[in-house]
Amino acid sequence: MQYENEMKIEFMSKSQNEAFARVVVAAFVSQLDPTLEELSDIKTAVSEAVTNAVIHGYENGPGMIYLACRLEGNETYIEIQDKGKGIEDIKQAMEPLYTSKPELERSGMGFTVMETFMDVVEVRSIPGEGTTVYMMKRLHSV
Amino acid sequence: MIIKIQGEIDHHTSEALREKIDKAYERYNAKNIIFDFSEIPFMDSSGIGVIMGRYRNSSQKGGQVAIVHLQPQIERVFQLSGLYKIIHRYETIDEALKMLQ
Repeated sequence: MQYENEMKIEFMSKSQNEAFARVVVAAFVSQLDPTLEELSDIKTAVSEAVTNAVIHGYENGPGMIYLACRLEGNETYIEIQDKGKGIEDIKQAMEPLYTSKPELERSGMGFTVMETFMDVVEVRSIPGEGTTVYMMKRLHSV
Repeated sequence: MIIKIQGEIDHHTSEALREKIDKAYERYNAKNIIFDFSEIPFMDSSGIGVIMGRYRNSSQKGGQVAIVHLQPQIERVFQLSGLYKIIHRYETIDEALKMLQ
């Protein structure tokens, strides 16, 4: 039978929780015994998505971030959701180097990093309601 | 100026980091910056923003920025960012010092 496991957590939208989120996901995915490279790919992608929720979704204000991680065979599915302001133009937001907040010295590389390090990245967003980032990575080491 | 950072660079840590670097940069009236990445186990794209901003400050003074001792994960974030077009990467601090002089 195919291996299966799932976890869900929610935490406050605080920059401190960026490290918390990526470490939690890495710990959970570790049961599949991925390579260090696969693990750091996932950690980096999670860090980018949670950072986006903190800075852009909630604009550094209060809110909760919902994180789910599901393991199916050698596939890792990660979902990161905020109920913040949402994205008007997802295509533009995902363009390399685009940032809606240049004053913050952001590189605009968040989505590019996610897309490079994960096999699938999908973004769904409704302005005024929030944003969900779905990501999948196939672990070749498993 | 040689900057050795210990710890992870993400959005959370980058704000204090930026402030510390800029203060030191001003205090020592430095021109070139060498970042020693040997003790940075993790960096996301927030770190790219930090390096880009420091590059801007340094180039205004006619200086250059170099990075040494990159871990493989961070190396890949750097490659993606295209920063290698403006920032030099060296294996050791000595090598970077020689090139910047």
